[in-house]
Amino acid sequence: MNGMVAVFKRELASYFTTPVAYVFIVIFLIVANAFTFYLGNFYERGQADLASFFTFHPWLFLFLVPALSMRLWAEERKSGSIELLMTLPIKPWQSVLGKYLAAWAFTALAIALTFPIWMTVNYLGAPDNGVIFAAYLGSILMAGGFLAVGSCISAITKNQVIAFIISVVVSLALLLAGLPLVLDVFAAWAPQAIVDTIASLSFLTHFDSISKGVIDVRDIVYFGLLIGFALYANTIILELKKAD
Amino acid sequence: MTAMIDCQGLTKQYGTLLAVDDLTFRVEPGEVLGFLGPNGAGKTTTMRIIAGFLAPTAGKVKVCGYDVEAQPIEAKRCIGYLPEGAPSYPEMTPREFLEFIADARGVPAATRRQRLEEVYGMLHLERVLDQTIETLSKGYRRRVGLAQAILHDPDVLLLDEPTDGLDPNQKHEVRQLIGGMAKSKIIVISTHLLEEVDAVCTRAVVIARGKILADDTPAGLEARSRFHNAVSLKLADPADLKTAKAEIEALPEVASTELDERNGRLTAFPAPNRLPLTPISRLAEQRGWALDELHLETGRLDEVFRTITGGASA
Repeated sequence: MNGMVAVFKRELASYFTTPVAYVFIVIFLIVANAFTFYLGNFYERGQADLASFFTFHPWLFLFLVPALSMRLWAEERKSGSIELLMTLPIKPWQSVLGKYLAAWAFTALAIALTFPIWMTVNYLGAPDNGVIFAAYLGSILMAGGFLAVGSCISAITKNQVIAFIISVVVSLALLLAGLPLVLDVFAAWAPQAIVDTIASLSFLTHFDSISKGVIDVRDIVYFGLLIGFALYANTIILELKKAD
Repeated sequence: MTAMIDCQGLTKQYGTLLAVDDLTFRVEPGEVLGFLGPNGAGKTTTMRIIAGFLAPTAGKVKVCGYDVEAQPIEAKRCIGYLPEGAPSYPEMTPREFLEFIADARGVPAATRRQRLEEVYGMLHLERVLDQTIETLSKGYRRRVGLAQAILHDPDVLLLDEPTDGLDPNQKHEVRQLIGGMAKSKIIVISTHLLEEVDAVCTRAVVIARGKILADDTPAGLEARSRFHNAVSLKLADPADLKTAKAEIEALPEVASTELDERNGRLTAFPAPNRLPLTPISRLAEQRGWALDELHLETGRLDEVFRTITGGASA
């Protein structure tokens, strides 16, 4: 446990000793708000809710989260510090979890810093804050899902650009799994059960219901399982190709 | 706790390349073992296997009685490891980095502060503690790496090229540091610097192409040199050289002589199990040769190294 906490602390601190943290947070806040007001028509809708804010989160995360996760392991590999980390008395899963939780905590912080939009909507009207809270939770969970996938992919390569691109593509596939774009490909020939399974893998489907304020255990379990599976794969990849 | 490092039939294969080929050796407490070999000989691979970074294709390593593969955490706890190139986290300062290592290694809170200060002092890091590691010179980075390896006072120290990139003063300091820790520990260093073996090691293992070619004390290795117990001399008057060469060659203790035309140094190689130094000095006295130089060669490690590894560099 000591080891995991040490890795977590080191990783989290490293975001703030490099410009990564500030660039990420500033860009995230600017883009999230710009989308809300210009594409989401926050004012024009005349509704006291944050639907026009949360609806863009999946698309924002699609690019921003891989930018964060790409360095998790690829950088360790590139600089050789992976050799140091893997010869410390820390189990690989503890390192994986420590780094992942640091990245997740950082993302959660970035998401939490959007709180002015919440204050704005409360100033303008009387929104259902329960729904907003649920949507924030869903957003953080979804970011966690993207991060876990990205962390796993980052462990495959020492090249951060490759890690980024593959993460975006895989994340996109996971996002769109519930849309006709992906489902129609299967609907024509596959049995309904398979189509449903693929649809059920979609980030969008699961995020949609949470962001509407419906906290369904199945959605939480889905993200939990996805994160667990991705990190498990991450650990195995790491052990298999530590030195490559 | 006998035989603190015990390697049995270590083998590591990368595709078709056999990097380490059936290495078996033990290292006992108090030994400073120098791994010698040309580049690509398998030194780093062997160190990585012992440190638990690489899994061997075949064979077993036990460190402090723990199987590195089966009980990696216990084994890693008693190892301090300086990987090749001393990697660290460039954006951190040495202070932050070593605090992280102390956390990760679970250095007890009671002794932590004191131990950190002690290590800063041992490696003279005080001046650079709050500068990021990426801004440090190669020598300082290496010292940060060494500090990281010795921080938890391990029983076993694995140092992959510990003095690479250091200036002569720093090299001397690091060697003194290693010598100072040697009594109670096992230290394995890999190097291609022969003077290092002479300076710090109690035992030298020469490997090339993944195989052990020699396993001896540094003095034992020197004894394998044809220069071992040879005598070199330089005459003040070059006119005497010809007769001197002939007369020295005629001595029963001398097998052959060699003249270095560049500096006029004459080297007499001993006949098997004979010591030519006394007869030669006596002869010089009798003949009244004025000597600029007369000394006994102990053997030349570089020559032994070249003979043993015989163009095996990969």
